[in-house]
Amino acid sequence: MFELSLHILDLVQNSVRAGATVVTIRIAYDPDADTLLIELIDDGCGMDEALLQRVTSPFATTRTTRKVGLGIPMLKQLAELCEGAFSLRSQVGKGTTLSARFKMSSIDLPPMGDLPGTMRSLILGAPDQPEFVLEYSMGQQRFTFDTREVRQALGGLSLAEPDILSWIAGYIAQGMAEVQGTTL
Amino acid sequence: MKSFADLEAIRQKTLDKVNLRREHEGTRIVVGMATCGIAAGARPVMLAFLDEVSKRNLLDVTVAQTGCIGMCRLEPIVEISVPGQDKVTYVKVAPEMVPRIVQEHVVNHNPVDEYTIGAAE
Repeated sequence: MFELSLHILDLVQNSVRAGATVVTIRIAYDPDADTLLIELIDDGCGMDEALLQRVTSPFATTRTTRKVGLGIPMLKQLAELCEGAFSLRSQVGKGTTLSARFKMSSIDLPPMGDLPGTMRSLILGAPDQPEFVLEYSMGQQRFTFDTREVRQALGGLSLAEPDILSWIAGYIAQGMAEVQGTTL
Repeated sequence: MKSFADLEAIRQKTLDKVNLRREHEGTRIVVGMATCGIAAGARPVMLAFLDEVSKRNLLDVTVAQTGCIGMCRLEPIVEISVPGQDKVTYVKVAPEMVPRIVQEHVVNHNPVDEYTIGAAE
């Protein structure tokens, strides 16, 4: 994967499949500490201790069609390569929190890439449930996006409409640019 | 500047489209978006289909996603079903191929044979 946002797209689908009602995607750059923290927090079905121990292995998957599952191991490998750390906490029936930390200045850290495109793709894939919350911050600057607010403004329309998805991507791109102190 | 105030206009426009669409059985464009697809470049392909469908204002076309189709080495894979025709599977799809697939297959109902799994295998 060439972009962090592609890892996010891949792994949030695990939360969707876990039946989450809310998935929070937290991306926090801390330039002073030279770290980037990516957290994916869901309230899905969770994993028991045995699966949790196994799931960072490429040879663990809940699918029955194949014997490999590469999403989690690839992000773990990347975090470790970037002098960071990877952790997963989960409770059956409560949800799962995935946490990946990277050294911001690591030469191996891929760019964030098209995060608005990732959000557009996630919402198209799961337009009704879960709700997605994106928290994007750099130091003290913060941008938050919540599909519940869009849903409320649209009065019950499906979010999986091309025009709505385009607006969402544009709105997120604008919010990210503000946090970074640039303009689109 | 994008703001939540834009959504009211989008809502009105979309409602009209949704009502029109109810009268048709539409074409489905399904993009494989598991780890294998994503790593091979499925996200820009899916977004290109969304943009092309939106640009041409094709009301009876839906773009959807699915998991791993089982042929990871041929990703990104896109399946297109036009009502009344056999489903066509495109393999190793790149965003540059999308406008031609939409024009020839989705609009004019002539599959682009050279991009299909039959041509690749």
